Amino acid sequence: MTTLAQENITTKPSQVFQEIDSNAKMQAINVDAWFGQKQILKSVSLSVKPHTVTAIIGPSGCGKSTFLRCFNRMHELVPNAKMVGQILLDGKNIYDRRIDPVQIRRRVGMVFQKPNPFPTMSIYDNVAAGLKLTGVKTGKSLDEVVKRSLEQVTLWDEVKDDLKKPGTSISGGQQQRLCIARAIALQPEVILMDEPCSALDPIATAKIEKLVIELKQTYAVVIVTHNMQQASRVSDYTAFMYLGELIEFGETGQIFENPKNRLTEKYITGEFG
Amino acid sequence: MINSYGFRKLKNRLFFVLCAVCVVIAVVPLASILFEVAIRGAPQLSITFLTANASKGGIGHAIQGTLIIVGLTSIIGIPIGILSGVYLSEFGNNRYTQSLRTINNMLTQFPSIIVGITAYALIFNILGSSKWAFSTLTGAVALSFIMIPIITRTTEESLKLVPNTLREASLALGAHKWRTTLSVVLPTTKTGLITGILLAVARVAGETAPLIMTIQGSRYFFRGLNGRIAALPLEIWTNSLQPYPEAQAQGWGAALILIIIVLTLNIAVRLASRRE
Amino acid sequence: MRFTGDKVFKVLVAVIAASALAILIITGYTLSVGSMPVLQKFGLNFFFGQQWSPAAGREIFGLLPYILGTLATSGIALLIGVPLSLGIAIFLVEMAPRSLRVPISYLVELLAAVPSVIYGLWGLFVFRGFMVTYIETPISKYLGWIPIFSGEPGGLDIFTAGAILAIMIIPTVASISKEVISSVPNSIREGAYSIGATKWEVIKRWVISYGRSGIFGAVILGLGRAVGETMAVTMLIGNATSFSAMPTSLFNPGQTLSSLIASGILDASSPFAYSAYIGAGLALLFMSLIINVGAHFVMTRVFKVKGGAIE
Repeated sequence: MTTLAQENITTKPSQVFQEIDSNAKMQAINVDAWFGQKQILKSVSLSVKPHTVTAIIGPSGCGKSTFLRCFNRMHELVPNAKMVGQILLDGKNIYDRRIDPVQIRRRVGMVFQKPNPFPTMSIYDNVAAGLKLTGVKTGKSLDEVVKRSLEQVTLWDEVKDDLKKPGTSISGGQQQRLCIARAIALQPEVILMDEPCSALDPIATAKIEKLVIELKQTYAVVIVTHNMQQASRVSDYTAFMYLGELIEFGETGQIFENPKNRLTEKYITGEFG
Repeated sequence: MINSYGFRKLKNRLFFVLCAVCVVIAVVPLASILFEVAIRGAPQLSITFLTANASKGGIGHAIQGTLIIVGLTSIIGIPIGILSGVYLSEFGNNRYTQSLRTINNMLTQFPSIIVGITAYALIFNILGSSKWAFSTLTGAVALSFIMIPIITRTTEESLKLVPNTLREASLALGAHKWRTTLSVVLPTTKTGLITGILLAVARVAGETAPLIMTIQGSRYFFRGLNGRIAALPLEIWTNSLQPYPEAQAQGWGAALILIIIVLTLNIAVRLASRRE
Repeated sequence: MRFTGDKVFKVLVAVIAASALAILIITGYTLSVGSMPVLQKFGLNFFFGQQWSPAAGREIFGLLPYILGTLATSGIALLIGVPLSLGIAIFLVEMAPRSLRVPISYLVELLAAVPSVIYGLWGLFVFRGFMVTYIETPISKYLGWIPIFSGEPGGLDIFTAGAILAIMIIPTVASISKEVISSVPNSIREGAYSIGATKWEVIKRWVISYGRSGIFGAVILGLGRAVGETMAVTMLIGNATSFSAMPTSLFNPGQTLSSLIASGILDASSPFAYSAYIGAGLALLFMSLIINVGAHFVMTRVFKVKGGAIE
C-alpha cells in the first residue's frame, strides 16, 4: 500500500472557521488535544448549526471521538488528557475559567459507544437521575418528564410496565434509546453521539437512526460514526478527519458526491480506512 | 428539595477536603509510631544492650531468640508453603484445589491468637509437662501455622503469572512435569517467591500472641530446641507492662530493633517488586 | 518410569497442600476437645454467663462479657475505621494526582506491617494520653450523662482499644475498597458525568452504590481483623474480668475474647481454668469462621473469581 506522503497529498486542514460564526450553536476553534505526549487533535475547527445533524467520519484513531468529547468537556476526565483551543456554545467559550464543566454537560448531552445505562438504577431512575441531582423536579412533574423523554425515544410503550426494573434488564437497542432518553430528559441544547450504533444489530440501528433525524427538530446533534452510509443517511453536514486533522467539512451531499480533497475521496470510495 | 448549583459545588469541595483529611488521619499514627519508637528507642542502643542478656540489661538474648525462632519457622514453613502453592497453581482446577484455596485464604485472615491457643492446647494434651512442652520448637511449629498459608498464597499468585507457553516449551522438550515445575516454572518466578517469603517472615517476626503460649520468653540466651527462648515481641510486651522506667525504656529499644527488622523486610519487598 | 516420577510428585504436593486443611482441622478439633470439660459442666451457660471465677472447687466461667467486649471494640473500630478507609480509598482512586497514589498507598500498607505489640506499646505510652486529654475528657465533660460515656476516663478502656483497632483495620478496609472502587467500570462514571453530576455525586450515587457489596466485603474483612486482634487490645483495654468486664460504658475497662486469653491463660491454675480459656479460643474461632466464610462469599461474588485458577 502506498503511503500518503509518497503521493504528496496535503493533509493540511482548510482553516475556514477561524472567525466566530454567529449562526453556529457550537463552534470549535483551533482545538488541539493530547493524551500525555501524544497529540490527538491538531488545530481542528468546526461549527455546528442549530437543528442540524453533523456527522464526523474518519478511520479509527483519527481523533473523532476525542474531538467529540471536547464538546462537553468529557475529554479532560481522562488522566493525562490536555486540550488547547476554544469551543463556543452560543458564542461563549465553554473552556472559560469561570465556567464549570458540570453545567456545560447539562446543556450538552452525550450518548456513548456502548449503551451504558446505570446498572444500579431502575429504568425510571436512569431517566430521572440527571433531574434528581438538582432536585428541581419531583413527584408528578418528574413522572411527566420521564414519560415524555421515553416517548421521544419511542421506548415508552415498550417499558411503561417495567419502569422499576433495572436499566440493564432491557435489550441493547432499548438500552441505547434509554441512554438517549437520559440525555434529553435534561432538555439539553446539543446532543453528542459517539458511534451510538456500533454495538447494535441492524434493526436497532435503524431505530436509532430514525430517532437521530427526529431529534434535530429540537436539538443540534453531532454524531461520530465509522459507518459512511450512516453518515450519509442521517446527517446534514459531514466532517472528515484523518490523523487528528480536519480534512474536509461541508454539506453531506457535497462531501459524499463531490469531495474537494483527494484524501476524502479516497476514504469515501473505500480505498483506505 | 432544590439542590442549588452553588450548594452542590460546595459539597463537592468539602468532600474533597474530607477525603484528604482521612489520608492525613491515617498517616499521622504511622508517623507518630515511627517517630516515638525512634526517639525513645535510640538512646537505649549500645553494644551491651544489643548483645547482653536480660541480667546484664541487654536484649541480645531476644534478638537471638527472634532470629532462631524465625529461622526455624522458615525451615518448616517455606518448603511446605511453596509446594502447597505449586499444587494449587499447577495441578488443575478441581473441587479439591478450590476448597484448599478457600481454606488457605481463610487461614491467612485468621487471628494469630487462635494459632497460639491451639498450640497451647495441643502441647498441654500431648506433651503434658515434658521439657518439650513450652519450647523453642513448639513456638516455631505454631508460627509455621501462620507462615504456611501466607507463602502458599503468594506462591500460587506468582506462579499464575508465569506464561503457559513456558511450561509447554519445557514439556515439548520432553521434560517431566515435575522437572518443568521445579527447574523452569519456579525459577522464573523467583522474585515473586522471595517477595512472598520476605513478607511472611516480616509478619511472623512481629507475632506475639502465639509466643506467649508456646515459648513463654526467657531471660537467657538459647538453651536448646527443647528449652524456653526469648523473642523481641515478648520482650517488648513484658517490659512495657513493668512499672519501672528503665524496663519501659528497654521495651522501646526492643521495639526499635523489631521495627527496623520488619520495615527493612517490607522495603526490600518493595524494591524487589519494583525491579520486576 | 516416565509416569511414576510425575505421579509421585503430584501426590507429594497434593498431600503437602492438604496442610491448610490439616491446620484447620487440628485447630477445630483441639479447641473442641480442650473445651469439653467446661462445655460439659456449664453447657450453653458457658457462652451466656457473666461470672468468671477460678476459685478452686467453686469454679464458674461465663464468656458473655468478653463476647460483648469483642463486639463493642470491633464495632467502635468499624464506626471510626470504615469511613476513614473509604475516604482514603476514594482519595486514592478518584482524586489523588497520579504521582501521589503510589506513595500514599504504600504508607497506608505500612500501617499493616507494624507489629501489633508495637501498636500496643505506642498505645500505652502515646496514644492513651492523647485519647484521655483530647477525646475522652471533653466527651465525658459534656456527654457524661449518657450511660455509654459515664465513668472517669482513664485511657485503659473499651474506647481506646476500639480506637486503636480502627487504625489497625484501615489498611485492610482501605486496600480492598480501593480495588473495589477501581473495578467500577468507567462507562458508569462517564454516563454520570455526562448528565452533569459533580465528582462527589458521581462517587456517592454511582460509584459507591455500584461497589456496595464489595465495600461490604471489605468491611467484613476489617471486622475479622478487629475481632481477632490481640496484643494492642490486651495492652489497652484494661483487662477487666467477670461482671465488671460487661461493656456498659466506653470509658470503663473491658475485655475481649482474645485479650482474655492473652492476659489470663498463663495464670490458669486448674484443668478447668485451662479448659475455660481454650473455650474462649473456640468461641473466637467460631466468630472468625463465620466472618471469614461470609467475607468469602461476598468477595467471590463481587470479583467473580471462581477459585482464582488459570482457565
